[in-house]
Amino acid sequence: MKRSLLLLTLAGAVAMQSCKMKTTSSAVTGDAAARTYVAPGKYDELYNFVSGGFNGQVSVYGLPSGRLLKLIPVFSVHPENGYGFSEESKPMLQTSFGFVPWDDQHHLALSQTNGEHDGRWLFANANNTPRVARIDLTTFKTMEIIELPNSGGNHSSPFLTENTEYVIAGTRFAVPVGNQESALDNASYKKNFKSTASFIGIDKNTGQMNVSFQIILPGMDLDLSRAGKGPSHGWFFFSTYNTEQASTLLEVNASQKDKDFIVAVNWKKAEEYVKAGKAKKMATEYYHNTFNEETHSASSSVVKEVLTLDPEELDGLVYLIPCPKSPHGCDVDPSGEYIVGSGKLAALIPVFSYQKFTKAIADKAFEGEYNGIPVIKYEAALHGEVQKPGLGPLHTEFDANGNAYTSFFVSSEIVKWSLKDLQVLDRVPTYYSIGHLMVPGGDTKKPYGKYVVAYNKITKDRYLPTGPELAQSAQLYSIEGEKMQLLLDFPTIGEPHYAQAIPAEKIQAKSVKFFDITKNKHPYLSAGEKATKVVREGNVVHVYMTAIRSHLTPDNIEGVQVGDEVYFHVTNLEQDWDIPHGFAIKHAPNAELLVMPGETATLKFSPIKPGVYPFYCTDFCSALHQEMQGYLRVSPKGSNVPLKWGTGTEAPVEEVASR
Amino acid sequence: MLLKQLLPVLTTALILTACGGSQKPPASQPAPPAADNSMVEDKPAAADPKGIGKFRDVPLTHPLNEGMVQQGKAVADLKCTSCHRLTGEKLVGPGWKGVTDRRTPEWIMNFITNVDEMLDKDAEAQAMLETCMVRMPNQNLSDEDARAVLEFLRKNDGKN
Repeated sequence: MKRSLLLLTLAGAVAMQSCKMKTTSSAVTGDAAARTYVAPGKYDELYNFVSGGFNGQVSVYGLPSGRLLKLIPVFSVHPENGYGFSEESKPMLQTSFGFVPWDDQHHLALSQTNGEHDGRWLFANANNTPRVARIDLTTFKTMEIIELPNSGGNHSSPFLTENTEYVIAGTRFAVPVGNQESALDNASYKKNFKSTASFIGIDKNTGQMNVSFQIILPGMDLDLSRAGKGPSHGWFFFSTYNTEQASTLLEVNASQKDKDFIVAVNWKKAEEYVKAGKAKKMATEYYHNTFNEETHSASSSVVKEVLTLDPEELDGLVYLIPCPKSPHGCDVDPSGEYIVGSGKLAALIPVFSYQKFTKAIADKAFEGEYNGIPVIKYEAALHGEVQKPGLGPLHTEFDANGNAYTSFFVSSEIVKWSLKDLQVLDRVPTYYSIGHLMVPGGDTKKPYGKYVVAYNKITKDRYLPTGPELAQSAQLYSIEGEKMQLLLDFPTIGEPHYAQAIPAEKIQAKSVKFFDITKNKHPYLSAGEKATKVVREGNVVHVYMTAIRSHLTPDNIEGVQVGDEVYFHVTNLEQDWDIPHGFAIKHAPNAELLVMPGETATLKFSPIKPGVYPFYCTDFCSALHQEMQGYLRVSPKGSNVPLKWGTGTEAPVEEVASR
Repeated sequence: MLLKQLLPVLTTALILTACGGSQKPPASQPAPPAADNSMVEDKPAAADPKGIGKFRDVPLTHPLNEGMVQQGKAVADLKCTSCHRLTGEKLVGPGWKGVTDRRTPEWIMNFITNVDEMLDKDAEAQAMLETCMVRMPNQNLSDEDARAVLEFLRKNDGKN
């Protein structure tokens, strides 16, 4: 968040308290509680996937209750279940710069078919170390993470085309391509720095991602983006700031020009150029990590080249539309005709028309060029401006009735306006300083509507104080009537940016209950207790262990020495829903494992001192859960204690079947 | 999960304490919350020797089907023998020796495939839960796998 915005906000908040801002009691009317109450044992109407911001994860809430259902680990390690600590999951966080255990997760996109959410996958961006992840919505697990080459700050991502042909990754921070160094001054920025828009192709059956091509744009900050839809399908639109091309004090230097740009990319044209061999192969290196549901293990591959397209050389690939005052949101309405730019420092909202935009191209209604790319005349593409809507427009979502809902950070409100005549229809305060907002399906061709959710940056006095660091919040409003109505607010974990919501029935029936153990192809699977064993290979010790209510096998292990690397490969033999077993061992410096039914997971432990190390199940599994424990004996290095393991006596009748 | 799984157990434990029939007196447990008794049946159903479930008539073959015995052993090794010995010795669950004499084939098949309803309603299954104190996991055996395990149990009991 920019400091100037913060200052403005505070000033705005003070100013408003005297006039506009309602109190909680007057803002919430009588039946709000009944409309958000989901009785014990009942389900919510919608899944709400919310970006975690600086926690790097995705959280899942139920709407309208605001109940937290799950935290999905994506870009940050998660000691709670071993994500990023288990041997199987470590490759998910590998990059060309090594293991990166954290990121900043901003935006989410549910996969679409014909411009509607289909409930298959959820895509998430990493803003810091540029990556895109794919989460499977049958397991709510991160299945794939792809790194982006030639990118600094993957902010305008992971927005999708209407049939999930591509997920987009656009650079917030322009950087020299190929990880080159450069002097840091404005002249060097202009010369060396580039922005890139990466089109990641998605396999329509598996969801597998691959960077199809990259468009190399002049250095500037690509902020947010949206695909065209319906008539504008085939185009991608990005908002930009810092078209001044400053490398320093952007707060001032990137706010010099009256207008920056909406960058319009014709990706169908890009496909044609790639097909015609006009793309250049560039040597690079980036990681592509995938999780295999059968081996319950992730693996990484390294990709060595990327196809690039240069819009200065390739006609008709990119056009620029002037847009006032460092636009942030760049949102396309359900019909695909209107593109709404939201200048962070503007006091109006420009709405562009796709039809007028294409006519302007045909008529060559250009006002000039920017780094060799045609700039369309502002008025030629403009549908109109929403006048005096509020201060600091950020993002816009849509309902199915031709209305738009724009968040205003500075004036801390949501404003409803009409796409047709650009008249403001209603406004409600948010508590406080809204960033993103989300109408369920509000970015698709067929908004589900019913609610708009505000994701607020500042909560100040809204909840019981918890010291200097406070929760961010979400606020749920009904949009069923002409006037928006505040129903509920609830604190969130991490910092929510963009979110998605989908009717529960599109996901809940497909939810996986457990992994079929007969399909488990983990190389260290113990297929039943008889398959458990301990194997020494030099100083590496593999423990093949099983977990079932309520014992671990083997649970007494001797013969391990200081200096050994012990791998506990724990297979959960359960085949029942909601019976994970945990595994933790004393003094392990990493984390625990949570092993789902039918799954195998591995914790590495390298004892540094002799002794006896208790291990146990951490997830309460039965009345005898407390008994689910065991011991590892660690002897000094060079000890002659033989390798020995077991759980009680061996089952005496081994060969009944052959009797 | 925890409460759902635990409630019937706790309830059973409380009933037990009152009757004094337990081999293993439960430690002092908090009373289950009174408000939500949705998981607790008022009374076990009257004992049906065939148990509760879809299997009402399981035809047995003589001699034993050796293919099924082998398949049953493989399934049991993967999913069952962590808790059940082939002898009469109780491990987590009861030993398997003699089970085909104690129970009907239908009861065994129903218990394997309809675990939760059996544990919640069948008097015999509930009596075992009182002894073992761990709910048998539903290991999601197919009907075919359950039948194969039954054949393996028959072999284990020396049937032919």
